[in-house]
Formats: sequence, structure tokens, C-alpha cells
Amino acid sequence: MCDTCGCGDPDVVPIEIQDKILAGNDRQAAHNREHFTAHGVLAVNLMGSPGAGKTAILEATARADRSLRLGALAGDLETDHDAQRLEAAGIRSVTINTISACHLDARLVHDALHGSSMNAHDILFIENVGNLVCPAVYDLGQQFNVVALSVTEGEDKPVKYPVMFRKADLVLITKVDLLPHLPGMSIEKIADSLARVMPTPRFIAVSALSGQGVADWLAWLAERRRPAHAEADHSHGHGRHHAHS
Amino acid sequence: MHEYSIVQSLMNRVEAEAAERRATAVKALTLRIGELSGVEPVLLTTAFETFVEKTICEGATLSIIRVPVSWACPRCERSIVQGAFLQCPECSVPATLRSGDEIILERIEMEVPDV
Repeated sequence: MCDTCGCGDPDVVPIEIQDKILAGNDRQAAHNREHFTAHGVLAVNLMGSPGAGKTAILEATARADRSLRLGALAGDLETDHDAQRLEAAGIRSVTINTISACHLDARLVHDALHGSSMNAHDILFIENVGNLVCPAVYDLGQQFNVVALSVTEGEDKPVKYPVMFRKADLVLITKVDLLPHLPGMSIEKIADSLARVMPTPRFIAVSALSGQGVADWLAWLAERRRPAHAEADHSHGHGRHHAHS
Repeated sequence: MHEYSIVQSLMNRVEAEAAERRATAVKALTLRIGELSGVEPVLLTTAFETFVEKTICEGATLSIIRVPVSWACPRCERSIVQGAFLQCPECSVPATLRSGDEIILERIEMEVPDV
């Protein structure tokens, strides 16, 4: 109450919060991350523009190493087209239709995982909604962020969308088979852009069509899986260590 | 446009804080938003104004403190301007982000009945 005149007006009290607005999402993401780690699953948040080639890269990944047990959550506003493509490539997939939302959040990922058996995966790809802005703001519980950037998008996309690229652990420069048709475009120009937004710029030039770079991408994934799966390896048995000819 | 979902998270937090203190109204909110956070203050304000109708925040003022991007060398502390290569030219180590990615609720001013 107002101290001076007793007029009955309530006091206006300042409350210091000093907390992240997305703290709730971050808590859910931490829960997801614990879940992935406990099951020895490498969770990768794959982001990029619509049409950057996210689904094609995952198809190429499955084609290149049939011994990997791959899972995917495919986020799109509408349709299950991506999940169908991924399933056809041998990746067990669940669709997340966001209807109008421009990104996935940790709860959407959590709810989608409830209906599937994550134990069965070595790597879970969370194929985010095609968008270079919003998905970067939301932690999903992934261990790594990978951004697909196709050579047709223009070399300056990283400096135009720094929030997304700053958070990338790896950039896949996709559709590099098209480079001969793109005068003025080069991997060097994209690398220059990346170095201005990523303190540690890491990228692999890939083509889902020709298979270029896919082996390097698989090696990057294998390297990231090592800490998570060193322990889990004993319980999983050795079924996936098939010989390659 | 994720500013609407940011506002949704903000409102959930503010309503919980207000309920805990039996507040009758929220008069003001102060946020700290980094320029490299991916959140656009003007769009956030529009989203806030759309959301607050008929909530405890109706009529509340929203103040947004913009936090500039600051990159620096973790070894020699030299600052690195945005747009340059994010590596210290002297020490050759990757720069670290000192500020600019904040999406923070700083303060809520609410009317609390005298007890």
C-alpha cells in the first residue's frame, strides 16, 4: 500500500529476474541431451535454407554406409515428403509438422522421440525446418549443429545470416557438382564468408549427386560418435561392424 | 518469425512470477537482447503488443536494452570487429564472443497488494 497517504494503491515492486527467456526450452533441451547421451545416440541438428539439400545429404549418407543405423526427425510446415524419402533411403524417420512455426523447439523434438525407439540409432539427424534464421535460436538437445549451404545460394549467405552460421560446428557446402555452371562462385569465396562469422570455420564440400565429400562427412560423424559410443559399444555388440569391399 | 514464440515464453515466465507474488498487474518489463541473438526488437515489440491484450501484462511498457556484438581474442583481449576474420591476427587463436547473444528477461515491475 502507498505508505504516505494510505490510499490503498498497491506498490509497484521491481523483481530482478536476470534469466534467459528461453530457459524453459533450454531445460527441455538438456533433458533431450541426457536422453541421447544415455542411449549412445549422436544427435545432429541439421539446418539450412529450404532446398539447401538437407534431405539429399542424408540420403547420400545412408547410401554411403549401410552399416550405420540412422534415424531422422524431419521438420516441415506441411507434408511428410522428407520422411518418406528418408525412409526409402533406409533411415527410420518421424515427421514433425509445425503447421505455421518456422523452427523446431526442444519440446517438439522430445514429443516426437516419445513415439520412436531411439535405442535403435547410432545417429539421429534432426532435419530442422528450412530456414536460416529461427532454428538457430532454439537448442534442441543436439550434440552438434550442422548447416547445409548450397553453392547456388550465394557466397555471402554466412555474413547475411551470422546467427545461424556462428552456431554451426560444421558447414556442409552442398551441390558442389554445380560449381562449373556458376561463374564467379567458388569454395574459397564461401570459406572467406564463413571465417567472418565462425571463430573456427569447419566445412566440407559435398555433392549428394556425385558422392564427392561424403566420405569426409562420414569421417566427421565417426569422429563425433567416438566419445558417445566408446562406452555403448560393449552393450551394442558388434553387429554393425560389417566389412566393406 | 519466431518472435511470437519468444513472447509466448516470456509471458509464461512473467505470469508465473506474477502469480507467485499475487501481483494484480504488470507495469513494466525490461529485456536485454543481443544483436547476434537472432531476435529482432521491433518484431518482438509488435509480438508483445499483440499478445498482452487481456493478460496481466496489458498496458505494461516493454523496454529492450540492445547489447552490441563484441568479439575478442581470449589470449590478448584484443577486440575483433564484426565482419573481420574471427581469429586474432596476433595470437592466431579463434575469437570468443564476449556479448551479443543475450535473450534475457532482466526485470519485471509489478503491482503487489500490500500485505
